[in-house]
Amino acid sequence: MSATPATTDTTAGPLVEPVVRPGSTGHTDGAWADRPVPVQTRSERFASTDPAAFPAVTGREVDWKLSPVQRLRPLIDGQLDGSPYAYLARETPGASVEWVGPDHELVGAAGKPEDKASANAWSSVENVLLVTLSGDEASSITVGRSGLDQTPRAGHTVVHATANSSGIVILQNSGAANLVENVEIVVDEGAHLTVVSVQEWDDDAIHLSTQFATIGRDAQLKHFVVSLGGSIVRVNPSAHLAGQGGDADLNGVYFADAGQHLEQQVYVNHDAPNTKSRVNYKGALQGDGARTVWIGDVLIGRAAPGTDSYEQNRNLVLSEGTRADSIPNLEIETGDILGAGHASATGRFDDEHLFYLESRGIPEEEARRIVVLGFLSEIVQRIGDQALQDRLQASLEQELAEGARARAEADAQHGSSRAAAYTDKLPGSGPTPTAAGYAAKLAEAASTEGTV
Amino acid sequence: MSTLEIRDLQVSIDTEQGNKPILKGVDLTINKGEIHAVMGPNGSGKSTLAYTIAGHPRYKVDGGSIRLDGQEVLDMTVDERAKAGLFLAMQYPVEIPGVTVANFLRTAKTALDGEAPALRTWIKDLRSHMSDLKMDASFAERNVNEGFSGGEKKRHEIMQLELLKPKFAILDETDSGLDVDALKIVSEGVNRAHQATDLGILMITHYTRILRYIKPDFVHVFVDGHVAEQGGPELADQLENEGYDRYVTASAAAAAAAGN
Repeated sequence: MSATPATTDTTAGPLVEPVVRPGSTGHTDGAWADRPVPVQTRSERFASTDPAAFPAVTGREVDWKLSPVQRLRPLIDGQLDGSPYAYLARETPGASVEWVGPDHELVGAAGKPEDKASANAWSSVENVLLVTLSGDEASSITVGRSGLDQTPRAGHTVVHATANSSGIVILQNSGAANLVENVEIVVDEGAHLTVVSVQEWDDDAIHLSTQFATIGRDAQLKHFVVSLGGSIVRVNPSAHLAGQGGDADLNGVYFADAGQHLEQQVYVNHDAPNTKSRVNYKGALQGDGARTVWIGDVLIGRAAPGTDSYEQNRNLVLSEGTRADSIPNLEIETGDILGAGHASATGRFDDEHLFYLESRGIPEEEARRIVVLGFLSEIVQRIGDQALQDRLQASLEQELAEGARARAEADAQHGSSRAAAYTDKLPGSGPTPTAAGYAAKLAEAASTEGTV
Repeated sequence: MSTLEIRDLQVSIDTEQGNKPILKGVDLTINKGEIHAVMGPNGSGKSTLAYTIAGHPRYKVDGGSIRLDGQEVLDMTVDERAKAGLFLAMQYPVEIPGVTVANFLRTAKTALDGEAPALRTWIKDLRSHMSDLKMDASFAERNVNEGFSGGEKKRHEIMQLELLKPKFAILDETDSGLDVDALKIVSEGVNRAHQATDLGILMITHYTRILRYIKPDFVHVFVDGHVAEQGGPELADQLENEGYDRYVTASAAAAAAAGN
């Protein structure tokens, strides 16, 4: 077994967290002497559907230490509303959605909770939303939630792609939320499934989502986490490559504004021969207190010779006052692999990019917009649903426009030398973007979906 | 008549060892339609001159002026300089992930003209310029400079020159790293732009090779941050035969004399 710390692009990054890796031991100063050593291998992490089986969350655990635990208490320990909620769905033939009981045979097929909040949700739900893709023709389904409220609530969704089926499932989230949920993704033999989880919540929403996938023989999962709106959004996807020839392609794109906490803990478990995984997460941070966390664990088990694996995370820091944590971890238990690599870089905007575009007459704000959009679009363009891609592209443009003022304020507050220049260049005319305007945009987005 | 007038330009950069003067009083006047070659040994400040005119933030102007038709260029932002009619063909253009050539060029053209070019004529224009420079049609859909060979990067620079139609172009070692075929294609592009719009050109080069394809009206020898000698095309031939040694030695001697 080997674990390797984060590599960081030190050419530009203003703030990079020290590496903390699961399985690391404590300091030898004695404080840890009488405590159990944390789990050594990622697959040996404790799992249970019973929240009482987990010790109380202190905020020092490896999977909680970078999260704002105090604000998550109601979801971790509190009473949750587990009743069914309203959703909008639009599907093509071959796709269906229905409520089933928590005793359905597919519940638990993809995994079990590894943290207390996930277990709290698991044990609280009265019903499970089952999304099924079947049939040979490629099918698609969008399931939209926009009618949740501030009540702490639990959710459980199972996405099932039957053998040799193919299609795309879009989980579209907007409006208010105080939600902890589990999403199980079961990809049967030979199926090709794309799952996109889009978080465009209201500014004060809180969302914890654990997304477990199990990928069968010669099956492929393309998974996208798109986190743009919400106060705290923590989406932790894991992929268990359980059958030989399985393929997991896990992607994420996120844009943290002032005060936003966007987190993702990704885990790929290579557990069968000749499996392949790619993890690619890209994020931007803009505005005072914008915070992102990315932890990427890849385990190449003894049963997985011929593994081909690569994970990377890139963060673009657009203003002062932000913090990005980026922690790739790689465990390799077999030497007989095709490849395993990882990369992490957190850095400032490249001024040479700006200069090149400006020297062709493109004004600074426009040049920044083009470069940032280009950086993030790489992920969006791979989703494979043109309508969703166009809409997300527009959402990213709006994030940038709304963030311009916040960035200038953050830079001014932190005394950046560039702040003055930015302030001068901010458009003086036009109203400040409002939450109401944002909600209107989301409503507009939601209205493009049909109702069932 | 358009004129680019550089007067007593002094420029320094901040290094880890402190502030270092690079340009030590450069005088140069380029009229519309003229081709000026600036030649000199490595480290003489040629590229600094190019990037200072374009407004790169790394270079600190300590004195002097750059006027375009009487307007002070040094007071302008980088994009304002482009809008005023200046263009820099870069030696090492950067890669911009996720931004296609087509999108980039159209954005630049729109910014310069103040309005988006009509779609039909624009696409026709783009295709014809690409074909002139022997560039494949798929080029427009690739990301800016990403995975381009050295020759493709330079052709892309010259394509921008032809499309954006500036008043004055600074070519920073456009010939470096090109094989003879690519050098011809690129030179033809520069000559086309020169004829089409009566472009004024400041061509920075280390070698005389490109001067066989692009004929300069004036040659300036750049040594130690200033123009050491100027003349007509014959000066280039002389440099080809004798090299820069004479100027470098003279400059060192002058520096030594100043030190005493």
